[in-house]
Amino acid sequence: MVTILSGYLKVLRGVIVLSKNHEFYWRRLHSLLGVIPVGLFLVFHLSLNFTATGGEDNYNNSIGIMEYVPHYLLLIVEWIVIYIPILFHGLYGLYIAFTATPNLNRFGTFRNWMFVLQRFTGVFLVIFIAWHIFQTRIQKALGADVDFNMMEEIVSNPFMLAFYIVGIISATFHLANGLWSFLVSWGITQSSSAQKVATYVTMIFFVLLSIVGVAAILAFV
Amino acid sequence: MTTPVETGRTVKLEILRQDTEGGATRWEKFEVPYRPGMNVISALMGIQQNPVTSDGQKTSPVTWDMNCLEEVCGACSMVINGRPRQSCSTLIDQLEQPIRLEPMKTFPVVRDLQVDRSRMFNALKKVKAWVPIDGSYDLGEGPRMPERKRQWAYELSKCMTCGVCMEACPNVSEGASFIGPAPLSQVRLFNTHPTGAMNKDERLAEIMGDGGLANCGNSQNCVAACPKGIPLTTSIAALNRSTTVQMFRNFFGSDNMVD
Repeated sequence: MVTILSGYLKVLRGVIVLSKNHEFYWRRLHSLLGVIPVGLFLVFHLSLNFTATGGEDNYNNSIGIMEYVPHYLLLIVEWIVIYIPILFHGLYGLYIAFTATPNLNRFGTFRNWMFVLQRFTGVFLVIFIAWHIFQTRIQKALGADVDFNMMEEIVSNPFMLAFYIVGIISATFHLANGLWSFLVSWGITQSSSAQKVATYVTMIFFVLLSIVGVAAILAFV
Repeated sequence: MTTPVETGRTVKLEILRQDTEGGATRWEKFEVPYRPGMNVISALMGIQQNPVTSDGQKTSPVTWDMNCLEEVCGACSMVINGRPRQSCSTLIDQLEQPIRLEPMKTFPVVRDLQVDRSRMFNALKKVKAWVPIDGSYDLGEGPRMPERKRQWAYELSKCMTCGVCMEACPNVSEGASFIGPAPLSQVRLFNTHPTGAMNKDERLAEIMGDGGLANCGNSQNCVAACPKGIPLTTSIAALNRSTTVQMFRNFFGSDNMVD
């Protein structure tokens, strides 16, 4: 595990050396992609899943809209709007997470907790999303039907249900807190009072989006 | 000469020792006579007078850095009971015992509690943390600084390069290239100065390079730890705004003029 990790860090460091003196732009790109399009996609994705609370037919009809989009166009949109941005955000995020030296034991402040949770959820999400894509999108490519039944079968396993709930809450937290640091990183919230207001707003957003996401997954149980 | 007050009490210390740069470390316990009003440095001086551990073993005197003894030079920073702070202004009466002393390991440890803060001074050179005033002829007076600006800029000028924010920051380490909070805040200070602002694009270009501003992870430990109460995270957010504007200038072309 450690050797895989250090090998991975070496490769990434190599990529970053190639892009010498452009780290600022890579980091800003990482921050931007987390919100647009990945963050927007998450809101869209969870909202669409929320239609499952209205029953099986309601959900199948909603996701059926996708069938109207021509296959090749859907693939292009998927790669540009989802896979490439999420892959970059995830891999570069792993590099950011593993070059930090967390010190919560010495600084147990709210923001330091957020700092650690952001990295912790980020690493977990790489694993969760990889599994989620394998279990749904790749199965679809192999011929399975993505519908209410598919999800119903997945979450009939209580461990899978727990895994999905933790994954959803990690994603909503990572987006909400990521929005907070996006506002700081781009120089939008500057004073400590502005940053405090942003904390409240993003945490309310976290709670609301979590309710949508968890209600959606529970609708398949 | 006043004679030392005999209180009969002692101060218990545990110190992380290291004989050479990059050498092995070990914890040693000490007990020194207590006197009223002691600070961490006077306890260390007690060990220097009698370098014997609490189990009676003779040892080398503990090494540390110090200079002004009034919390303005920044030399005597160390990790005291887990928190980086100045050993001169940290009073024994306010500490839980045994007092654990460690060097700020985010820097190379020279010996015992002594660290090499060179990376901070190099960072100040890198970001041109000064106001260039020399010319081949008398350039005359610079523009005046608005009083309201001067007041908050003065707060930023209190930085003593002590390294506490660097130790507190989870993204600053010997292995990571992040420049750290203190030098960044100095960029804001010198970009605020009316004469310093004439070169502000050069300073911004430096912190937009590798290991620069964008490596901040917003844990905000720096502002919690700074002994001078410098609004480091506000400085970083202000620079984020300046570099956003600078980035658009770089992308879409400009004649390199400052404003």
